[in-house]
Formats: sequence, structure tokens, C-alpha cells
Amino acid sequence: MKVRAQFAFVFNLDKCIGCHTCSVTCKNTWTNRKGVEYVWFNNVESKPGIGYPKQWENQEKWKGGWTLTNGKLELKSGGRISKMLNIFANPDMPEIDDYYEPFTYNYAHLQNAPLSEAAPTARPLSMISGDPMEKITWGPNWEDDLAGEYSKRGQDKNMDNIQKEMYGQFENTFNLYLPRICNHCLNPACVAACPSGSLYKREEDGIVLADQDKCRGWRFCMSACPYKKVFYNWESGKAEKCIGCYPRVESGMPTVCSESCVGRIRYNGIMLYDADRIEELASTKNDEDLYEAQCNIFLDPNDPEVIAAARAEGINDDWIQAAQKSPIYKMAIDWKIAFPLHPEFRTLPMVWYVPPLSPVQSQIDQGNLPVGPDGAIPEAGTLRTPMKYLANLFTAGKEEPVLSAMNRLIAMRSYQRSVHVEGVADTRPLEAAGMTEEQAKEMYRYLAIANYEDRFVIPTGHAEERMDDAYGFQGQNGFTFGNNSSSGINKVSLFPRRRKETPESAELAPPADKKS
Amino acid sequence: MDYFNFLAFGVYPYLAGSVFLIGSWIRFDREQYGWTSSSSQLLSSSGLRLSSNLFHIGIIGIFFGHLFGLLSPYALWQTISLSSLGKQNIAMYGGGFLGILCLIGGGMLWWRRVTNPRIRAAGRGSDLFILSWLLITLMLGLGTTFATAQHAAHGSADTMMAMAQWAKSIVLFGPKPELVAETELIFRLHLIFGMTVFLLFPFTRLVHIWSAPIGYLGRAYQIVRTNRATAH
Repeated sequence: MKVRAQFAFVFNLDKCIGCHTCSVTCKNTWTNRKGVEYVWFNNVESKPGIGYPKQWENQEKWKGGWTLTNGKLELKSGGRISKMLNIFANPDMPEIDDYYEPFTYNYAHLQNAPLSEAAPTARPLSMISGDPMEKITWGPNWEDDLAGEYSKRGQDKNMDNIQKEMYGQFENTFNLYLPRICNHCLNPACVAACPSGSLYKREEDGIVLADQDKCRGWRFCMSACPYKKVFYNWESGKAEKCIGCYPRVESGMPTVCSESCVGRIRYNGIMLYDADRIEELASTKNDEDLYEAQCNIFLDPNDPEVIAAARAEGINDDWIQAAQKSPIYKMAIDWKIAFPLHPEFRTLPMVWYVPPLSPVQSQIDQGNLPVGPDGAIPEAGTLRTPMKYLANLFTAGKEEPVLSAMNRLIAMRSYQRSVHVEGVADTRPLEAAGMTEEQAKEMYRYLAIANYEDRFVIPTGHAEERMDDAYGFQGQNGFTFGNNSSSGINKVSLFPRRRKETPESAELAPPADKKS
Repeated sequence: MDYFNFLAFGVYPYLAGSVFLIGSWIRFDREQYGWTSSSSQLLSSSGLRLSSNLFHIGIIGIFFGHLFGLLSPYALWQTISLSSLGKQNIAMYGGGFLGILCLIGGGMLWWRRVTNPRIRAAGRGSDLFILSWLLITLMLGLGTTFATAQHAAHGSADTMMAMAQWAKSIVLFGPKPELVAETELIFRLHLIFGMTVFLLFPFTRLVHIWSAPIGYLGRAYQIVRTNRATAH
């Protein structure tokens, strides 16, 4: 047993309202630079839909993640030799149009245009070439709230094995939001595919990073990540990805997407797992068994044997305590209501999701749906979102675990309804779902109230232990890109410099005090 | 031998070589963030599988062809009973073939870089410059095969032998510029353009050649970096 700690997430989709605050705070913090205009470390997709980049879940097309070849785990895009043979042109790489061509508008023209009959317009400008764009045909969230034709959205890979024509009818549509970040996988395909060894997993918290100095721009990480969450900065020629907000996390703060989530759907916490079992469990034969396999890699943080082994690995006591209080452990293991996204990609992802119940109140009012014993809350299998769709997202198509989670969520609601509406605690739904009253109350506290200190249990990074010379570290400038903290006294360099200008500066609006 | 030839074939090789090595070293040491292949595949992928592969396979073949052809000891070919004329033929046809691959691929890349608005806007001036320089050097090199064909028709491999001896004299630090001073102009132009590639190397995207990821073939898939001071 080799105990490692992992900084992990749960997103409670039941409460996601699709407001994109997470995306915007993340973008403003990390990817508002030249070369990464098209990059969203965090994005929120409307499902069903083909997502960002287009069809990212379809690994027949993109060849991301792992597969079993003769029972052995191998990158789906091919092993080391195939990487070397394809290094001059990656056959599986998305193009910028698969994400979208980033654009701005020529806003200054609104102020610069001469007096005219018709109001001036601000035309879209490509943020790559700076040229005007005829028409914007795709964007970072083009399918928002089921926008566009169903024939296109219906190409969603999760619609496999579903009678999708039925869900194209207005009466049967369903919609859920899927916020996505890097999954900081236990078996990351991006790390495995990187020829220069630039991507790595941090031992102390499991955050997966792309070393900006070591990256040589070979681009295999981009195509190997089945979630398409490693991006290419076309300005610097380097791979960039979600950094798990490690400068914040190391100081005990939640990631910026989690902190800013207005729906309070995001949970950050520590999981202990057995690193010796990664390959074995990721090689589980049937796709449908991968969800259970991943549950088996986690270690019980209250088990004295695990604690002793964790200490032997140098994991601090406050980290072990954080693992014991981990909201992730409660939801994923104790309550079994959270699931990994697409476990069949075999990367052992560490952002888990509580599946959404779908709003169906008007259907109940019309008496169209069977309801449980309380006469008000429908049964799990009758909800608007097809169970098969959720199972395709979270358990490689196996419906039982998702159904059981939904039943638990519904039982918790039904119990709370009895307490608050009827004034009498009705424990029958809990018994049917195999839950105790204590559990239901705790679930209610974590899911409905979602206090800050319950959502975020983050031990600090112990930088002081890692530093050879803490005094020497004082006064340094910390986080920086490349070598620009000592760029010399002369602005001219023979070596290429980072370019920062944006297309917007092409036409400047007149100063406020000057009339044109 | 005039002063120009002495400068070009006796001094310049060392100048270019020194800048190549020291420049690469300084950039590697100080400018890791800028050390990349600078791929533009994200912005335009179409046709790249053909053009980029042709260009790279061609140029790598040509590089090793030059390396082996110029620096391998004469005794080695004698042991496999290869005459100097035979070797000249290999150089001519093999080099010509790889050169044409490289020229087709490189030409396509050049055209893409000049005409594709995204590549033109995102690329650096140095990208187009070094690609153009490589293509000129390549065309001069292909030009020399015609001159070599003339020599071969007269049953002579003297120019090729002189080139190889000159190259050996340079790497052994006993420069003999007089060996190439009398060759046809196109040979000497090719040499000067070729040596200049080394001079320009550290200041362009060519540095990614140093980082050819051979080590990946023997590496474990997963990489975990520890930040803990206490080793265990």
C-alpha cells in the first residue's frame, strides 16, 4: 500500500444553474492572455450537446484516454513508438475551430464613425489574425440552454443507446448543465503522452501541472486528454491547463471556480488513495465496472492502518484530518451519490458529480408521473432526464448506481419535506433507500445548506517544510511566466520575447476629453 | 587562396559553430520558456500531415546524410568495397531524393506560412525567415547535385572527396580552406548558407531539434514530482 493524498472535487449538478460565474472568474484569473483567448480551463456545457471542443466525448474521433490492448493498459492514440512517428503532425489534434475562433468587437468604431443616417456597428474581429470576421458561427458556449437544432445537439455521445428522436420533441426535452475543469486524474493520459516529460502529477496533492519550462510543444497531451482539458497556447507554443489554482489551494483557499460558485455546488477536499493499485484498477476489464473499481482505490482515512501508512509516506497529520472530514469522501464513498465523469476513459478522474434531479413539478401537478409515498416527490426512474443518459455520463452506461443515488437524494428530500411541511418525521423513504436519519440530516446540511466550511476542507501546503532556505525565499516575486523577472536592462533580445499586444489596439477610441 | 576564401572556409565555420553551441547553451539556460517547437498545427491543420512529414523526414535524412557522408573515415567505405564514385552516386541520388521530399514539404509549409492569415498573424518574422533560409540552402544543395553529376560523367569524385576532407579538417581543428576554395561557386554558396544555418540556430525555433524526445521511448508513462524536502 502506497498512500497518496489527492486534492479532489465534487460538483453537485442538482444545484448548478448554468450562470458561468466559475468560467468567468477562472478566465479572468488564468487565461486572459494572448494565445489562450480560446482557452477555458473551466467551462459549463448545456447537455445534451456536443460540448467544447466539439464532440470531445467521442473517442472514436479524438482517440483520447486509455484503452485495453490484449488486456494491457495503453494510450488509445497509440504507444510511445506511434507518438514518435506522428510527432511532426499529430493526427488526433483538434483545430482551433473545434473550440472556436476567439473574437472581440471593433468597439472603437462606435466612437470613431462619422455622423451617418444609420447607427454604426461594431464588427467582430478575430483575436488571432485581427481581421474582421464575416459571421461568428461557434463560440465557447454556443449550445447554451439547448440553443441550436436538435439534430446537431443530438450528436452528443451520451445519447448512444437512447431513442434520441423521442427527446427531440419539445414535450420530452431535458437539459442539464455540466461544468468541467481538468479532472486531475490518478492515471492521467496527458502525462503519459508527453514526450518531453513536461506534464507531471504533484506527489503531495495530486494536482496535474504542465511545466512551462520543459514543454516543447509536441501537443500529444492535448489529444491524449479525453476531456480535452489540456490546451495549446499558440503565442508561447506551450501546453497550458487548469492548475487546480494551486497557489490558492496551497494557502488553504478553494479554487477560484469553487469559491465564486454562486450556487454553492462545488466541494473541495482531500482523498487518500492507494497509488500501488492505479494500473490494476484502471485495467479493469469491463467499462461498466470502472466506477466501482475507482471507488476501491480510495482508502478509509479513519482506518488506523491507513493512517500509519500515510504517516510513513510523509503525509502530515492535518492532511489526514482533512481527509477524515473530506466532503468528497462523504459524497463519493459514504453516501454513494457522486460519480466520476466518463470512467470508461480509464484515467481515474478526480472531479466527481452528484447527478441532477430534473424539475418536473408541472408534470406531477397534472398527475402524469408516479410519485412516492409522500404523494409529492416523483420516483427516480420517472424523472425527465433519461437514466441511461446519466449512466452514459457517469458510470459507462450502468444504471443501477445512478438510480440508487437518485433514490437516496429523493429519500432525503422526502424526509425533509415530512419534517418541514407535515411537521412529522417520516422515515419510510429513508428505510426504503437504506439510509439513517442521521445520514439524511447530514446530507441535507452538505447539499442544501452547503456551508463554506463543509464545502471546503483544504489543508495548507506546508511550503515551509519543502523549502531549503525559507529566509532566502523572502522578497522573491513568486509566480511568474518564464524568465521575465530578470529580462535584463536592455529591451532588445536576440531570443524571442513574449508578445502581449491584442487586436483591439488596432483602432483606438478618441480620448474622452477630445471631440472628433 | 584569397582572403575571402580563408575567412569563409577557415574562420567562419568556427564562428558559426561557436555561436551555435554557446548560443544554444545560453538560451537553454536562460530562456526555457521560449524553447519550443512553436507548432502552428492548432491554427491550421489541413495538409500538415503531408507537408510537415515530408519536410522533417527530408531534412533529418539530409542532416544525417551530410554528417555521415562528410565525416565517416575513408577506410570505412573501403572495407565495404565502396569506391569514391559509388559513394558519390549514393550522395547524389539519396541526397537528391531526400532533398526533393524536403523541398516539396518545405515549399508547402512556406506557402502556408505566407498565405494563411492565421499563421501569418500568429507566426513570428523569424519563423518565415529561417524557413526561407533553409529552403534557399536546400535549393543550393540540390543545385550542387547537377554539378556533381557533371563530375560523375567525367569519372571524377574529387570535389566530393575534397569536401569531406575539408569537413574533417574543420572538426579536427586543422582547417584547410584551400581544399574548397577552388570548387564551383554553387558548392561554396551552399557551404556558406549551410554554416549560417548554424549561426542562426540559437535565435530561432530550430532549437527544438536539441529536444528531440528520444528519452520518451524508455520512460515510464506516469511522472510524479515530489516537492517534499524529507526524502523517504
